[in-house]
Amino acid sequence: MEKAIITVVGKDQVGIIAQVCQSLAQKNINILDISQTILDGYFNMMMIVNMSSSKEPFAIVSDQLEKLGESIGVYIKLQHEDIFNKMHRI
Amino acid sequence: MINLFEVNETNKMIEQENLDVRTITIGISLIDCIDANIDILCQNIYKKITTVAADLVKTGENIEKKYGIPIVNKRISVTPIGLIGASACHTCDDFVKIAKTLDQCARQVGVNFIGGYSAIVSKGMTKAEKLLIQSIPQAMKETELVCSSVNVGSTKTGINMDAVKLIGEIIKETASFTKEQDSIGCAKFVVFCNAPDDNPFMAGAFHGVSETDAIINVGVSGPGVVRKAIQSARGKDFGELCETVKKTAFKITRVGQLVAREASAALNIPFGIIDLSLAPTPAIGDSIADCLTEMGLERVGAPGTTAALAILNDQVKKGGVMASSYVGGLSGAFIPVSEDQGMIDAVEAGALTLEKLEAMTCVCSVGLDMIAIPGKTSAKTIAGIIADEMAIGMINQKTTAVRIIPVIGKDVGEKVEFGGLLGYAPIMPVNPFSCDEFIDRGGRIPAPIHSFKN
Repeated sequence: MEKAIITVVGKDQVGIIAQVCQSLAQKNINILDISQTILDGYFNMMMIVNMSSSKEPFAIVSDQLEKLGESIGVYIKLQHEDIFNKMHRI
Repeated sequence: MINLFEVNETNKMIEQENLDVRTITIGISLIDCIDANIDILCQNIYKKITTVAADLVKTGENIEKKYGIPIVNKRISVTPIGLIGASACHTCDDFVKIAKTLDQCARQVGVNFIGGYSAIVSKGMTKAEKLLIQSIPQAMKETELVCSSVNVGSTKTGINMDAVKLIGEIIKETASFTKEQDSIGCAKFVVFCNAPDDNPFMAGAFHGVSETDAIINVGVSGPGVVRKAIQSARGKDFGELCETVKKTAFKITRVGQLVAREASAALNIPFGIIDLSLAPTPAIGDSIADCLTEMGLERVGAPGTTAALAILNDQVKKGGVMASSYVGGLSGAFIPVSEDQGMIDAVEAGALTLEKLEAMTCVCSVGLDMIAIPGKTSAKTIAGIIADEMAIGMINQKTTAVRIIPVIGKDVGEKVEFGGLLGYAPIMPVNPFSCDEFIDRGGRIPAPIHSFKN
């Protein structure tokens, strides 16, 4: 399984999760875990997703999510999980 | 499993504290390109570099996307041209021809610099190496992306003072050849003692003869991240300060290791080393000087600066070696002046002098770097500055280097603007007393006593 982390940060509003999930579903990307908080009115979410079954290559998904973020007015970033594993686990 | 806190920490480093991979450098051996005919040699070089490094830039961009971390530079280093051109080059112009070929290769594959217009002359110069050194001013004038270096000494061989003297003159000549652009040619030339074979950083990168056919070396950086960590240890004792820097260096290096492995697999070129140097850029917050002042100095150059730098350098190494088994290159803290806003401010405030910088080079990763001096400084005085720095390297068994720019037509109190990553620098005063007779002696300084370890 090729796991990736999606982070979404921005001003809270209706439907952020819905739109991100819908976009992932269209690309056949399965969500494994979601954690989310609101900090000082700011929406802060992390998703762990499985990229193995994705219809699109990694770089394209990354660009599309970034664009989606721009249209909603939040910041969306897709990263392979290894950068976090390497940095925080020995 | 990875948690939100850890994800945020990593992304904060990247987005707010300028964590980046400073360079992916492919080292390419040109030994199999050697030919006695200069045109065939240039063709061979062009073909080899543009084939091996064809996908470097694209691969770098893919990795950036995959991990969401910027990779600032993609570069190439090659076998010292002093060796490669030995049988084909009979004049300086022949060597300049190779320099132009390297420049074309760099443009073709889209890298920002190509290093290796170099000669290793720590004990003596061959005829070809002397020609290469003499061709440096012309080569630096006629090319844009080629970087040049000369190794003039080592702990094992001593210091080649004939070469040091010659290089004093070459630096002056390079400065005057590029005087319309504030002597920028000198910013692409560095003179070394104990140069490593696997350094990925410019201007001193070359692909040593001890290396394999092609290799990936990665330089990581992140002074902003380290500064932030030091800030969190404000008021704590040295033990805790060191622990904090070490942990941060570990995290930074792990990212570099990840990128290096990934690039190596994608390009099908073996992974060489991680260079965990902290390298500043002119961007605000990306400064080594800020790390030092954060430790409790009013300005860089104040008493205590050398000790603070020693701590920083050593902890970066300690954290780094825990994170990767293959650490090499220069690995430590760079202290260039023009590329670091905090250093520039310290010079302008009168806190930092050339002499203090020299002391700092005893404990930092390299040496006197990107320092602008008056254009009227004599070639022999420059040779004297180089000799001092080489002696520090030779005796302390460390790499030292000098990248100094005598800015033609400018004097103390004026500024010089190099632009981009090279930044700007105030012209620093140089000790006015002469060392002419010392430099004129010629010959070689013998290797120090502790070189006899057999």
